[in-house]
Amino acid sequence: MSLHTTLWINGETYALDADPRTTLLDAIRDHFNLTGSKKGCDHGQCGACTMIVNGRRINSCLTLACMHDGDEITTIEGLGQPGAMSALQEAFVRHDGFQCGYCTPGQVCSATAMLEEVSQGWPSHVSEDLEGPAPLSEAEISERMSGNLCRCSAYPGIVNAIRDAAEGGTT
Amino acid sequence: MRAFDYARATSATDATAKAAAGATIIAGGTNLLDLMKLEVMAPEQIVDINRLDMNRIEHTESGGLRIGALVTNSDLAVHPVVRRDYAVLSRALLAGASGQLRNKATTGGNLLQRTRCGYFYDTAMPCNKREPGTGCQARDGFNRILAILGTSEHCIATHPSDMAVAMRALDAEVEIESATGIARTIPLVDLHVLPGETPHIETTLDEGDLITAVILPPPPGGVHRYRKVRDRSSYAFALVSVAAVLRIESGKIASCALAFGGLAPKPWRVAKVEDALTGQEPSPEIFDKAADILLADAKGYGANDFKIPLARRTLKAVLRESVEAAQ
Amino acid sequence: MTAHLKLDKPQSDRLGDMAQGVIGRETPRREGPLKVTGRAPYAAEVGDGTEAVGVFARATIAKGKVTKIGLDAVRALPGVCAVITDERLLRNPAQGTANTAPVQGGRDVAYFGQPIALVVAETYEQARHAAHGLEIAYDAAEDAAVTPEDAEPESLESKQIDIGDLDTAMSHAAHSMDATYTTPSQNSAAMEPHASIAVWKGDELTLHGSYQMLKFNRNELADSLGVDPEKVQIKSPYVGGGFGSKLGIAPEAVGAALAAKELGRAVRVVLTRPQVFEATMRRSETRQRVRLAADADGKLTGIGHSAWVSNLVGEAFSEPVAQATHFTYGGANRSYRHLIHRVNRTCAGSMRAPGEAVGMLALENAMDELAHAAGVDPVELRLKNIPDRHPEDDKPYSSRRFADCLTEGARAFGWHKRNPTPGQTRDGEWLIGLGMASAARGNILSESHARVTLHSDGTATVETDMTDIGTGTYTILGQITAEMLGLPLDRVNVALGDTAFPPASGSGGSWGAGSSGSAVFVACQNIRAALAEKLGMEEDQLTLTEGSVIRNNTREPLSAVLDDDLTVEGHIEPGDTSEEVQQAAFGAHFAEVAVSAVTGETRVRRMLGCFAAGRILNEQTARSQCHGGMIFGIGAALTEELVHDPRDGHIVNHNLAEYHVPVNLDIPQLEVMFLEERDAHANPLQSKGIGELGISGAGAAVTNAIFNATGVRVRDYPATLDKVLPGLPDI
Repeated sequence: MSLHTTLWINGETYALDADPRTTLLDAIRDHFNLTGSKKGCDHGQCGACTMIVNGRRINSCLTLACMHDGDEITTIEGLGQPGAMSALQEAFVRHDGFQCGYCTPGQVCSATAMLEEVSQGWPSHVSEDLEGPAPLSEAEISERMSGNLCRCSAYPGIVNAIRDAAEGGTT
Repeated sequence: MRAFDYARATSATDATAKAAAGATIIAGGTNLLDLMKLEVMAPEQIVDINRLDMNRIEHTESGGLRIGALVTNSDLAVHPVVRRDYAVLSRALLAGASGQLRNKATTGGNLLQRTRCGYFYDTAMPCNKREPGTGCQARDGFNRILAILGTSEHCIATHPSDMAVAMRALDAEVEIESATGIARTIPLVDLHVLPGETPHIETTLDEGDLITAVILPPPPGGVHRYRKVRDRSSYAFALVSVAAVLRIESGKIASCALAFGGLAPKPWRVAKVEDALTGQEPSPEIFDKAADILLADAKGYGANDFKIPLARRTLKAVLRESVEAAQ
Repeated sequence: MTAHLKLDKPQSDRLGDMAQGVIGRETPRREGPLKVTGRAPYAAEVGDGTEAVGVFARATIAKGKVTKIGLDAVRALPGVCAVITDERLLRNPAQGTANTAPVQGGRDVAYFGQPIALVVAETYEQARHAAHGLEIAYDAAEDAAVTPEDAEPESLESKQIDIGDLDTAMSHAAHSMDATYTTPSQNSAAMEPHASIAVWKGDELTLHGSYQMLKFNRNELADSLGVDPEKVQIKSPYVGGGFGSKLGIAPEAVGAALAAKELGRAVRVVLTRPQVFEATMRRSETRQRVRLAADADGKLTGIGHSAWVSNLVGEAFSEPVAQATHFTYGGANRSYRHLIHRVNRTCAGSMRAPGEAVGMLALENAMDELAHAAGVDPVELRLKNIPDRHPEDDKPYSSRRFADCLTEGARAFGWHKRNPTPGQTRDGEWLIGLGMASAARGNILSESHARVTLHSDGTATVETDMTDIGTGTYTILGQITAEMLGLPLDRVNVALGDTAFPPASGSGGSWGAGSSGSAVFVACQNIRAALAEKLGMEEDQLTLTEGSVIRNNTREPLSAVLDDDLTVEGHIEPGDTSEEVQQAAFGAHFAEVAVSAVTGETRVRRMLGCFAAGRILNEQTARSQCHGGMIFGIGAALTEELVHDPRDGHIVNHNLAEYHVPVNLDIPQLEVMFLEERDAHANPLQSKGIGELGISGAGAAVTNAIFNATGVRVRDYPATLDKVLPGLPDI
């Protein structure tokens, strides 16, 4: 059985005819050859596959492509490119917020959407006050980024990069 | 993952009809697909309910809240009314999973999460929950994260949800639509069942039943706490969690609702624990008495023995903090 | 042209003479923009989409023989194009630097999770389902040893060492310590799972893989397949983390190559995350007995370190637990035992700092226990026991600012504020404690080649099969070249990770930067000489800067004086300096933890590492390496444990949800200090390895801080809350 699905990825339309078992991640990596999004665990346990779907960051390994017909998807390729990086991508380079680079696209996608969540006033597990403003402290960034594992352990650089980009204005 | 036929539900009725005919309902899919990849679950038909209109949070006539089954964990956690009036639920949700998972996981799906038991997750292992009658490897195996209450000789799995624990403390009800088109509402306590001799049966839902909403009663007021103890500071399942909603009047505990995660096959709540506290002046002794009642039948299986003292200490600390905050 | 240097004598600091300011400087990773934009291609991503996809089926018994494989049923499934059960499939990966095939043959099962057959299909979805359904029948052996206790340990003769008489020293000691520590199996858990795409053209194989040591991997792959290594090319330009787990050729590479040959088309094999846990390498669990004897002042008179580790039958590797114990502290009476249990568990191999990573957990925990018992400050105890010369073979040390690391680290951290009595400092619910530990990791130079071309347009190219596994190689080799040839960094192109290039040391053992960098240095030095000769001057008179040559006080662009490319292949090899002196990098870790007095949960609040590792080639990437090591140490101290089922040895928590590597919130901002140091014996760059120094001892600083916070001494790693809980005050 093959299903037809239309996906809007980074502003372009992509037509997929694939086995319904195909995850959003595998569709985009294997069928459209956009391999920036990574597969680290395939079970929603590492965050390397993070994409932004209809404005929200999700684990693209834990959703089927066919469930996203017509959805707007932003992958790492849609956030910037070498020579025209987003502020957050530049900050990751500047602060060495990665080493091997494999978790990095997921970190950057996650951080991009996370800053939007913060701007909408979403609290987190470490927020003192559920209803008050959540200043972007080190702990707030760390908690909100804890769904993205980095085994090279660039966490200090990741936090600094996000903070820098957030304070520098637009990401 | 076994091959399956995929269909998108056009209505709740369509979904329940397909489910009654054998299809498995998919919402967020964060747990179902995880299990399908490992063939722990292997449905032949999938019905996708994501496009149904079940993602609203509305006030009920009685002053409570009706949470559509497709409301994501994120949307529920950050909803202004939930943050203000049902803080224990916001806190529980925010303590669960990761930002990405909360954006996908739904209210209905979260209630139906399967256990994290490592033997359930590995199809090479016997497991009474996955394959009835094959035995339980967890009892004499790695059971650090597994249950100390409500277990049976056939299964010691825990229910992994944080959200459901808070909802249990809030006396939530679950709205269900059946394949015959009949809607019913049951208390959350009646949704999950203990393993007993049939650990593969986890809920009272019938074939074709669709959870359409969770209903919260009017705001309980008081102090809300959710404390989750785990092996990492974030992105880990609970070893023990305590949801507390507590009111103090005239120096006495006027009411309290206490529910527990990480301890049992379902969100755990014991009326006698609350009875022991209600009407009493808060004191370490009375907190200990409550813990005694909670843990009277607790049984460790080796690697999870520590949960017994941990649950006691966590409960006492949550009570103390709640009382301090309420006074 | 080739140029060769065997390191038989200490080297002058020629690199420092260049004074270009490029080497050492904080320089962001040169491939960074590719990585942060998702444009750096990793092994599984270089195909054109037409590859067949292979997924392994695994053994589900601990030991025995495969009697039947249900090939027909699986071959009939949609999309399945082959089931590979070739005798050449690997039982487990090759050990680091093995250079030959590891144990092969899929029919003899040695551990639960062993790859038995590779199911290949048109799509990943088809292959995964078919592999899951492959029926395998076994004749299970009765005598599986699934825990170390099941097998009498073998004793490795060369590692049973007695110097003096430790028993007597212990009985005469004013203060002594005799305790047993345990550490569990661990997994490197690199974020990129092991992945290979194999493509044959006739009898020539190209393997796109994720590997750390390509010159060895090529030979291991060729040997596994029974082909000439000349016919095998491996490409690994980007490697998504290794930490030892990708040192040796692994089952997926051989499986992909066999399948591609059989099918006559490209085949991609990526291990699933559970397979990474089950079928690559674990760090062995260890049991360690540490004995320390000290006089009344806390000066060691004896030291004993006995270790019990495990591995599969037929594996030469065993976790070298006591490696750092030999040279870190003095004490005349010394005793070592090293015993290996042959178990039916996932293969044990190198994981970041094999030996030191777990050996120093025990040694440094024991030193803390001794300090407490003797009433000596832990920093002071270590300072007292730094030996003048190697305490066992009397060699001098090369460079060693160990004492400075301890004192300067202590000062920067505010160590003096520590209350030596445990359990005295409280912040609300949290018990606060400070702990410290030493860091030590032996330094190694490994033979390496690199080709450097100074092009006639004034740019340069570096080519070597060296890998960059996140270590910063692209950047560092560029910096060395830029420094030596006086070029702006952006005029140096670095090409790595291809066996078509000259063979390098590979990444592992912390030797990558020093070894491959030295090969580049040697090449550059000889390019300088050739250029000087061409210009009619002595090499030491040649000034190259900003892409220009300066002579007679005039500046000419290099492109103006070069009419042709100058190419030199540099070759470095270890020599007498590896034997004549003890080479090691040293450091000190300091940690502040908060332990919940209610639950026993530990949070690291602050951590500082002060390190001396010779010349720091790039302060930014070096700092990141230290962060990585320290965080691995925090994981080892607090959360990481592979759990083996007691009945069949299988890894129960073979996923990233239940094998707890640290998450972002577990880690505070870490401080790293580097002390200025040069090591003339190590290599011509005067650098020492840094990739594993950061983990060595780190976890002990954390558990020592837990002791200071609570009075609870955890000797059974990791210090999960259940181990702290019984020692907490009543609430």
